[in-house]
Amino acid sequence: MNTTNIIKPYLRLSGLEPLVVRPETNFINVGERTNVTGSKKFARLVREGLYEEALSVARQQVESGAQVLDVNMDDALLDGEKAMTTFLNLLASEPDISRIPVMIDSSKFSVIEAGLKCLQGKCIVNSISLKEGEEKFIEHAVICQSFGASVVVMAFDETGQADTLEKRVSFCHRAYKILTEKVGFDPQDIIFDPNIFAIATGIEEHNNYAVEFIEACRQIKQLMPLVKISGGVSNVSFSFRGNDVVREAMHSVFLLHAIKAGLDMGIVNAGMIQIYDEIEPQLRELCEDAVLNRRPDATERLVNFAETVKAKGKTVEKDEAWRKGTVEERLSHALVNGITDYIDGDTEEARQKYPRPLEVIEGPLMAGMNIVGDLFGSGKMFLPQVVKSARVMKKSVAILTPYIEEEKKLLVAQNGGEIKSAGKILLATVKGDVHDIGKNIVGVVLGCNGYDIIDLGVMVPAEKILQAAREHEVDVIGLSGLITPSLDEMVHIAREMKRQQFDIPLLIGGATTSRTHTAVKIAPEYENGVVHVLDASRSVTVTGSLLNKALHKNFLAGVKDEYVKLNEAFRNKKPVKQYLRLADARQNKVPVNWETFQPVKPKQPGTHVFDNYDLGEIAEYIDWQPFFIAWELHGKFPQILSDEVVGKEATRLYNDAQAMLKRIIDEKWLRARAVIGMFPATSNGMDTVTVTAPDGAEVPLEFLRQQVKKAPGQPNICLSDFIAPATFGKQDYIGGFAVTAGEGIEQWLEKFRKDHDDYSSIMLKALADRLAEAFTELLHERVRKEFWAYATDEHLSNDQLIKEEYLGIRPAPGYPACPEHTEKYKLFDLLNATASTGITLTESLAMYPAASVSGWYFANPQAKYFGLGKIEKDQAEDYAQRKGWTLEEAERWLRPNLEYDM
Amino acid sequence: MKSLQQCAGERILIIDGAMGTMIQRYKLQESDYRGERFKNYHTDVKGNSDLLSITQPDIIEAIHREYLEAGADIIETNTFSSTVIAQADYDMQELANEMNTASVKIACKAADDYTRRNPEKPRFVAGAIGPLNKTLSISPDVNNPGFRSVTFDEVVAAYYDQVKALAEAGADILLIETIFDTLNCKGAIFAIKKYFRDTGKPELPVMISGTITDASGRTLSGQTLEAFYISVMHAKPFSIGLNCALGGNQMRPYIEELSQIANCYVSCYPNAGLPNTFGEYDEQPHETAHILEDFAREGFVNIVGGCCGTTPDHIRHIADHVKSIAPRPLPVVETALA
Repeated sequence: MNTTNIIKPYLRLSGLEPLVVRPETNFINVGERTNVTGSKKFARLVREGLYEEALSVARQQVESGAQVLDVNMDDALLDGEKAMTTFLNLLASEPDISRIPVMIDSSKFSVIEAGLKCLQGKCIVNSISLKEGEEKFIEHAVICQSFGASVVVMAFDETGQADTLEKRVSFCHRAYKILTEKVGFDPQDIIFDPNIFAIATGIEEHNNYAVEFIEACRQIKQLMPLVKISGGVSNVSFSFRGNDVVREAMHSVFLLHAIKAGLDMGIVNAGMIQIYDEIEPQLRELCEDAVLNRRPDATERLVNFAETVKAKGKTVEKDEAWRKGTVEERLSHALVNGITDYIDGDTEEARQKYPRPLEVIEGPLMAGMNIVGDLFGSGKMFLPQVVKSARVMKKSVAILTPYIEEEKKLLVAQNGGEIKSAGKILLATVKGDVHDIGKNIVGVVLGCNGYDIIDLGVMVPAEKILQAAREHEVDVIGLSGLITPSLDEMVHIAREMKRQQFDIPLLIGGATTSRTHTAVKIAPEYENGVVHVLDASRSVTVTGSLLNKALHKNFLAGVKDEYVKLNEAFRNKKPVKQYLRLADARQNKVPVNWETFQPVKPKQPGTHVFDNYDLGEIAEYIDWQPFFIAWELHGKFPQILSDEVVGKEATRLYNDAQAMLKRIIDEKWLRARAVIGMFPATSNGMDTVTVTAPDGAEVPLEFLRQQVKKAPGQPNICLSDFIAPATFGKQDYIGGFAVTAGEGIEQWLEKFRKDHDDYSSIMLKALADRLAEAFTELLHERVRKEFWAYATDEHLSNDQLIKEEYLGIRPAPGYPACPEHTEKYKLFDLLNATASTGITLTESLAMYPAASVSGWYFANPQAKYFGLGKIEKDQAEDYAQRKGWTLEEAERWLRPNLEYDM
Repeated sequence: MKSLQQCAGERILIIDGAMGTMIQRYKLQESDYRGERFKNYHTDVKGNSDLLSITQPDIIEAIHREYLEAGADIIETNTFSSTVIAQADYDMQELANEMNTASVKIACKAADDYTRRNPEKPRFVAGAIGPLNKTLSISPDVNNPGFRSVTFDEVVAAYYDQVKALAEAGADILLIETIFDTLNCKGAIFAIKKYFRDTGKPELPVMISGTITDASGRTLSGQTLEAFYISVMHAKPFSIGLNCALGGNQMRPYIEELSQIANCYVSCYPNAGLPNTFGEYDEQPHETAHILEDFAREGFVNIVGGCCGTTPDHIRHIADHVKSIAPRPLPVVETALA
């Protein structure tokens, strides 16, 4: 289980909740209204001591999508330190606000310090700079570091503000070197503000400011890839104060380019950004010209255009042209632009137009949300806008819901019966992720199709999901996530579902999820059904198939099959382990000092047959843990009986098992039969062991050798390594056994079948398996102490036996140490097993009755269990030759162990 | 002798169990707490466990020895409340320094003795720094949410004194534990950084152990586990972990999460289950050990031990269960994004 984690050098911030800035994190909005220099209203509220209302300004910022809250108390009429302390202390008692990190914004460091003393989370200090020289800069940085704060560094030096590209980059680089080399800052905790200045001011030198800022972002990121870049975006459009149409368009154009170049966050009023694709084309063109300084008359042209907008009136007339479109177009426009003004009427109009209310959701509303998804995905829409879109969607759905309910009732009235839920679906966006649009759509669509939806919302930890799933007895769990780390969380939940023994299917959806990831990472963790759902529309058919008894099994089997193939295809691409040549692997065999080793001669060599062995005696050797695993109750025995989750069920099962076991023993339901044998044997120093059969014939046993390259000092094991090579002239021995506790089981199974008693049927099979294993354990002990007698003074408890603390091993053909099944023929011949025990071998070498065990005994004290692992072609060829097979035959039997593609 | 870092790289380290639970076994009375020196003290001092390092040093040493005998690699000093702020409850502010010094000396004496006996298994003394009885993020007055009963500067001053006394008396580690308000913890971190900056001495390893109070998965001051960890990462701690409030079973998801996100070692010393209706802990030593063994097998932990309700017997079982399990490997901390 010990896999090494990788910790990425991301900027990590926290309020009550974490904010991790990953490469795929979109632009981070810093809420700007809790700033007395920027908001007259906020300034007045603070000045008048109306902190309750001041808090509501903060709350509104969070609600409209701010991910960091900028707090600034720099007002000549305020005691900045006191105001900062009071406001932040109050903020701490408002969990819906303080969940996001704070940016302490002040030009007075004493105010910053006062703020730092109030925040338990990791905040941002805005700002420090080299303005007052290196010494002060370091002093301030050390204090910020002692509080664990990240810092915004303004591009200043002792001579003033950086206003050229070259200065921006060199000032930042100088600050970077001081912070990382002298103060010991982590580079990801440094946020540069390379000064956004107003453009299109009419002053020619200003025309290139935006271009230089954007280029500075690019160069700073190239030079110092881990740092973050922030800026006051609205500065850029300062010369168009009062003309919001132009300003919003300029912000949008500027952001598109600056973000591409490396701008990570900014102080922005989310309401002051136009959606790039929605900007009137002529205006967009003019803004592009101005921002990118593409033509000398850009400012003039933009100003001229601005005049025409202005001419329409001071309170810029809202552009209502979109109202002229079709109802579908209007709904789409409202969703994309987050406009709720007309949604009631438009929804009603659509409802009347479409035959069924559900079709409005599945049609125009979904189409609109798809556009939102695309724009967001391509960075042309920002989170707050998406939140607004979702609000429009919810509003529209709320209008439609009563009609959908009505329709349902009508159907019931017409067709009789009662409204029955088609099934319960739990939906959640996983921990660490807040994206729930897709999930909400899925919820709506499924809800419309008659499913009960239990929506746990966003950022839901695994524990809560599984607890709710259990409480509500849901039929399906659906997980959603948009960011990459959500994928790991989904894997974790799948693993937890397995550990907590869930049996309901798990649906995976969300933008970063994929069929391949689901197949490779999630599906293997949970066997009761994992299905990737591409989109909301697919969710209906998938859920339908899963909850339909007739379709369920085939559907899941089909998906599983597909995922296994995807998984294999994926794994085959991965680099392979290193393997040794067979000759080299043989050189690295288990080092046994045969010079000094003296094999123990069996006290009672030859074969011994047992029949009708006392089942009561056998039962004492039962290892119960696999019994519970057979019933898919996982956990250690006996702790599982008191397990919080499965304890009750496990105890009931155990009591039933004990009751049946008693009857099996008392009424002799089963006949325990076995044969064991010990024979002289030598190895050829390689992978073959030659046994002398009771009739004097020499039988060569062929074993396989581990070929994977091992750590120094670790041997490449083969079972033949545990038998003395002939060259040492010492007589060694090997043993064999075939054991069954399955005879007589059929008549009872038949009886249970007639009674439709599946429970007893499965129970009996599981118990017979346990008895066969227990009988094997018992006989192995008697072999060690009595028949071979190489460990006469052994005293082990059943627990110790189960833990394999005994000397010597009993590997079974077909199992990891000797996976090639056909050697079982030789074992059965040596023991005359079929005649002695009634066990027969099927053509695929399975034993019948099923409750049977067979294998070899090795007495060597160095013998241990191991897995063969993969082997190379040279060993397959060698093995074919030894067995007298063609290579194809050998490969067919060895297929699961072949490292190479056939 | 191997350093703490070397030991942690090789195996899962064992931290000791509850001090309070063991003190309770002695059924000490007011007069025992007072001893000869404080027999005429003007206020009751029964329950001031840290005072026992001065008045009943033999008992404290005996408890340390029991834990060392049980296999603890790290023992905690009896200094959970040895700050001027916490000692104000007994009007013993003046004695905080003396308590810290005395407690470290007792613990070091016992630990050094065990290290001498078996230098292969060196023992370490962790100076325990408790959470204080006043919080910086939460108002004690429901009607006045902006009010605070203590200031950040006062907290830093109190912790600075404690850190100074612990470090100068010879503690090997500084352990900020049972953190339910992250801002208090940040005050302790601030004090530690300041102390080592002021003195220029090499910094002692810092262990940080927070407390998730209930199934909400948050600290008392409202942070999620990851938010808490992010807020204290700047301490560059030797280990991050959880203790108290929950039993191991309830801690599992949080320890698993920490093991994923922590770039340092991970510690876990839970209570012996949840308290029963009498406030007693029923979880038996082998049960606690079983839970922690599971954590170890899953690769979640580097340091394990016990908190409230655990005894030397618990520690012995825990040590036995995890001894052959490899510790969680330290994560790879990347320095580039791609």
